[in-house]
Amino acid sequence: MRILVVGGGTGGTIVANNLARRLSAEIRNRRVRLTMLSASDRHMYQPGLLYVAFGQMTPDQLYRDQKSLLESNIDFHVDPVEKFMLDQKKVLTKSGKTYDYDILVIATGSRIVPETVPGMVEGAETFYSEETAVKLFKKLRDFEGGNIALVVGVPHKCPIAPVEFIFSLHDYLKMRGIRDKTHIKYHYPIGRMHTIANVATWAKPEFERMGIEIETLFNVKEIDPENNVVRSEEGTETQYDLLVAIPPHKGMEVIEQNNMGDGGWIPTDRYKLTMEGRDEVYVLGDTTNLPVSKTGSAAHFEAEVVAENIASIVKIGTPVRDYDGKVYCFIEAGHDRATYAMFNYTTPPDLKPASKPMHWFKTAYNQMYWTSVRGLL
Amino acid sequence: MSTNKVIDACGSFCPGPLMELITYMKQASVGDTLELLSTDEGSAADVPEWVAKVGHEMISSENVDGVWHLKIRKAK
Repeated sequence: MRILVVGGGTGGTIVANNLARRLSAEIRNRRVRLTMLSASDRHMYQPGLLYVAFGQMTPDQLYRDQKSLLESNIDFHVDPVEKFMLDQKKVLTKSGKTYDYDILVIATGSRIVPETVPGMVEGAETFYSEETAVKLFKKLRDFEGGNIALVVGVPHKCPIAPVEFIFSLHDYLKMRGIRDKTHIKYHYPIGRMHTIANVATWAKPEFERMGIEIETLFNVKEIDPENNVVRSEEGTETQYDLLVAIPPHKGMEVIEQNNMGDGGWIPTDRYKLTMEGRDEVYVLGDTTNLPVSKTGSAAHFEAEVVAENIASIVKIGTPVRDYDGKVYCFIEAGHDRATYAMFNYTTPPDLKPASKPMHWFKTAYNQMYWTSVRGLL
Repeated sequence: MSTNKVIDACGSFCPGPLMELITYMKQASVGDTLELLSTDEGSAADVPEWVAKVGHEMISSENVDGVWHLKIRKAK
């Protein structure tokens, strides 16, 4: 049995390591071959970018060598897939090699596309890449007061990030002694200040306490960097001195180029996590078109289900579990408090008041991630 | 040629039905019809509110066995 994992992010790495352990005997006696193809030899802890934007982490702290995270019985290659030949059960890579499979796992992730909003690249700061997070920190460090606006593109990875950014921004500006010289305005695409109703109920009074202005039903249409104005699809506009954007996302280009899903999102069975019409192709993480959060947490819980099912197919000929939509997200509420949201397809999150111990747990998790992605936690 | 697309956002607490609709609306062409399926009671009010504010066309809204079926035509 040839198992091929395409993508070395959170989901792909957890799937591969989990399978490597569950199928160690089968790999040892060569009944199973487990291969991973990734676009990079490095693995980034993406939630750390928020801390980089506030000078609390440096970019080098966000990376590990991908191979060092993988079990030794995984055949790992830095060689991104360029062509999926699903009918022939094979893929073609950038180097020109062909890899055959019996079971394929696609975990290629998503990418930011700020260029799809006129003016966003030139006019807005973001923190969704190493370079932009460092640039934003330098802007914040030089900021001496004025109007800071946050706008949110759709769809976007880590739906909690806009709220976390505002909490951290408030604390950072207070620490620098310029909070009273700064007006912060938060814009959100739908009719409440967060898509999760309970998060909105919890965060709204917190934002009011911090003096944050909120405008809902604001979908970014265009940014005019010359005049420092951001305009919405809904017909309103905001003047700013510093604009921060959560950029819109798409799935990876290779998915669109292979006509596997509009926007780069692959149509996926919400319980089995298989590609629609392809029982031998599993999809997880940001790559799916499922209505669940695009976060490492969703990828993690999906990866556990996918790995257990593939191992069960090898051992007893059938999958054994369904994905229930589980997501667990930490929510940083400033520099010393945090809470969390946990939910699935049937149970909404029940938010607890933010606390210092939860922030310490999140701080610890920033290191524990490397254990988690090895499939040990 | 316009198309019809069904968006199954049942059981979605995050990103949620309206955010899903906005995602697919951006991918759609003017004249396309999107049918949003939602188990969130709030969708019956917040989807028409957004559709009206942006200027798309609300075609129908009905609850069938606990699932809201909201049909919208992209107008701009």
